[in-house]
Amino acid sequence: MTTPPNLLPVLDRFGPHLARSSPARLATDKEPDRLVKTHCCFCGQQCGIQLKVKDNVVTGFEPWYEFPFNRGMLCPKGVKRYLQGAHPDRLTTALRRDEGAAEGFSAIGYTDAIERVASEIGRIQKQYGNAAVGVLSGASLTTEKAYLMGKFARVCLKTPYIDYNGRLCMVSAGAGNKKAFGIDRAANPWSDIPKAELVWISGANVAECAPITTEYVWQARENGARIIVVDPRITPLARTCDLFLPIKPGRDIALFNGILHLMIEKGWLDHAFIQSHTVGFDKLAEHVRDWAPAKTAEVTGIPERHIRQAAEWWGTATSSMLLHARGIEHHSHGVQNVLGAINIVLASGRIGRQGCGYGTITGQANGQGGREHGQKCDQLPGWRDISNPEHRAFIAKVWDVPEPEIPGPGVDCYEIFRKIDKGEIKGLISLCFNPKVSLPDNNFIARALDKLEFYVAIDFFLNETARHADIVLPGSLQEEDEGTVTQIEGRVIKINKCVDPPGEAKQDWRIVQDIAAALGRPKGFTFAEPREVFNELRTASKGGVADYSGITYEKIEQQFGVCWPCYSESSDGKPMDHSGTPRLFEPGSWNPVAKGAGPFYFPDGKARFNVAPYTPPAEDTDDEYPLILTTGRVVSQFLSGTQTRRIGPLVDQYPEPRIEMHPKLAAQYGIADGDWVTAESRRGDCTLRAMVVTTIRPDTIFIPYHWPGRKSANQLTISAQDPISKIPEYKVCAVRIRKAESPPEWAGVLEPQQG
Amino acid sequence: MSVSSNLNFYIDPSRCIGCQACVQACSECETHKGHSMIHLEFIDRPHTTQTVPVVCMHCDSPTCAEVCPADAIKRSPDGVVQSARKPRCIACSNCVLACPFGVPKMMSDFELMMKCDMCYDRSSVGLKPMCASVCPSQALFFGTREELELSRPQSAPIDRFKFGNQTITTKVKMMAPRRAVPEHLDVTAAMEVHAPARTVRLEVLNGAG
Repeated sequence: MTTPPNLLPVLDRFGPHLARSSPARLATDKEPDRLVKTHCCFCGQQCGIQLKVKDNVVTGFEPWYEFPFNRGMLCPKGVKRYLQGAHPDRLTTALRRDEGAAEGFSAIGYTDAIERVASEIGRIQKQYGNAAVGVLSGASLTTEKAYLMGKFARVCLKTPYIDYNGRLCMVSAGAGNKKAFGIDRAANPWSDIPKAELVWISGANVAECAPITTEYVWQARENGARIIVVDPRITPLARTCDLFLPIKPGRDIALFNGILHLMIEKGWLDHAFIQSHTVGFDKLAEHVRDWAPAKTAEVTGIPERHIRQAAEWWGTATSSMLLHARGIEHHSHGVQNVLGAINIVLASGRIGRQGCGYGTITGQANGQGGREHGQKCDQLPGWRDISNPEHRAFIAKVWDVPEPEIPGPGVDCYEIFRKIDKGEIKGLISLCFNPKVSLPDNNFIARALDKLEFYVAIDFFLNETARHADIVLPGSLQEEDEGTVTQIEGRVIKINKCVDPPGEAKQDWRIVQDIAAALGRPKGFTFAEPREVFNELRTASKGGVADYSGITYEKIEQQFGVCWPCYSESSDGKPMDHSGTPRLFEPGSWNPVAKGAGPFYFPDGKARFNVAPYTPPAEDTDDEYPLILTTGRVVSQFLSGTQTRRIGPLVDQYPEPRIEMHPKLAAQYGIADGDWVTAESRRGDCTLRAMVVTTIRPDTIFIPYHWPGRKSANQLTISAQDPISKIPEYKVCAVRIRKAESPPEWAGVLEPQQG
Repeated sequence: MSVSSNLNFYIDPSRCIGCQACVQACSECETHKGHSMIHLEFIDRPHTTQTVPVVCMHCDSPTCAEVCPADAIKRSPDGVVQSARKPRCIACSNCVLACPFGVPKMMSDFELMMKCDMCYDRSSVGLKPMCASVCPSQALFFGTREELELSRPQSAPIDRFKFGNQTITTKVKMMAPRRAVPEHLDVTAAMEVHAPARTVRLEVLNGAG
């Protein structure tokens, strides 16, 4: 494969350019043809929204007040999401790499492109074996597409190497939940938040990354709840919380162990719950004996007095919700952090009841459903295990293939790139994933991409990774297809089609099926519509932990969504009409693993305490690199920015990344607000303007990660991964800073959204 | 068509998270599509994440209308102060300078003052204004007094404001907390056992918890 085309011509042709309201959209005298009830295309909350459609263009929105989760509320991304349609950068034909064209690509007929893809994949598999082709997919896809991608890799390509961008997002939470509860889903509906008297939020910038959740937290506060926020920055939600714990990045497990130490010391435990519903407490109690408040304070950077206060409030509350997100999960010990959080919930006994519970805040649109049905490297549909012989046999039957033909477990997405770098994987198919921006140490990713013999990217815009492709296939926007996604509460909801894909663009599932057909392996890939995929997925998930068998498109519409597990048969095997499971772990509840033995998803029905030892971050600070870099999001941008960096009003709101730092730190280096500052790690450097604010720890700097190229925070981040979940450590690496001698080369050349 | 007297507009700055969903949604309102009339103020970003959304307060005796030499600004009987009437407005900016809340915007491209009209096309037919519909924190709330009192016991609505010698009463109400809240927040203050004076007043740090 060749290196990507020169930057300026490719930007000129493919953007990102900024969409703004066009005259047609601004016209106030034209009634829309219709309003389509659907959901936002961005985060895991999946707010209900009505899109206005006129002449096959989405022209605006109208709040959907009846949808119970958000009741009309939307964040700025939801308000302006309609501007991604009818966009000048939209890919409406297939593209082939063309060295003769300044922008590096020229248009090619769709059928020719599919044939070229099939011929190259066929050649590579024949020459190097089936496993020489890898697949990257994503958690913003509908569950139907995610299911299809897993099946496509295993059945059509017969490669073990598929993984998805939820690896960057939800896997630490998933692994922790699996170890502790035997199931991986937020345990409570969000309506439980306002009923809690204490809300503990660790590592979650709720106001910017899950804005609608704010209203639930504020309503808890109105009802008299106390709010505890643990974060290295005073986020907008932390500003008015009752107790703010300014934790040093990478030390969350130390805090949770320290809290549990105090709960034990003071007797703030639910002994009856621990006795009858859990195992492993004694071993854990032994482990946290070391975590006296003084030590906890020293490690976490939080004063002892405040740790004691948090423990007292947590220990003595009668109802509570604990929420966390990537702030504790994006670590080389992310799973341990999650287990620590769950340990203090289980020790309190406050779970499985109204106003009492726990939840991890989902990141991507289908961060939940996308991690359940087989696009993870070690997973089969229904949250089944690809190494489990019974699970394999069940899915082989559904797929009508011999069980031995289903490949074994593959590797995580970062390891896929290491295999590309080593020459083991020669061909790559990507959909809904922009790793050149989103993976850590992304200069390595760019080098690996150039080693591929063949790369085909499916997308609706030419994202930064797709610039390395040999063939680009024009895929579909969320509003051009239908299907289900599973949102933050485990509620399966329905995305409804508003418009047709333009030009030769096609729904992603059709493209994948076209490739299968061109490879001469169409069996199992002849679905005529998403509903057919969903119905097969229902069968494939039946009896699994993530049981969707009782869900239908109609039931979703009638109930405003259905929370899984939703069974089609009762425990004694009789058909039943089940409305779903909004709250997990209720006393006396039945599940297919415990079969009545208890509310948790293990054969004995009991939850697991897990010893969660503290280890420092993979790369701690030292004299050479004395500062911590932590990364995250801003409210007006989303992930790698493929969509949001093309929407004018969202770019206006926060045009370019800045380096947040405390004035004490800035003063040490003679830096003033707005100065150009170079941040440098062992892997790369980045020159951006300083944003000097007292709302961040002085030993930490923060850079948002939505930008590519030389503006990308992921030039600096480390590819260290959690040994269990394989999530990268985006939240901590060691850096140094200096005032830049001159502005970066791109200043004054590139538009804010470009990089 | 008029705004029902049961429905009120409330602003609660303690809830605002600065996300600007209101700013973005305001420009989707049919009466001024493409132009946002709302102001989202960062109070002092170097020291705090505090932000306040400012919509037209719809004064009972609107200063903007009182100072208008062209009589272009009208208050409808339901209490909504309308945007300037285009045939009358002479773009003199008197209203922009006089409004104590800093609400009207002079749109020099059209030689016209424009401002928040409480999404009159929506609110006059019983729909919520765009900003209050989408606001994720419900810092902007549009509803009945009963709904407000039931859901917001921690704060009380205020509709009297003093500016020097001028006292103004407004249709839009500002929620004020019933208990004291912090002035400034600095991470370093929360990292120390005893907060330095005038930097932080989290209740727990002062022993009230």
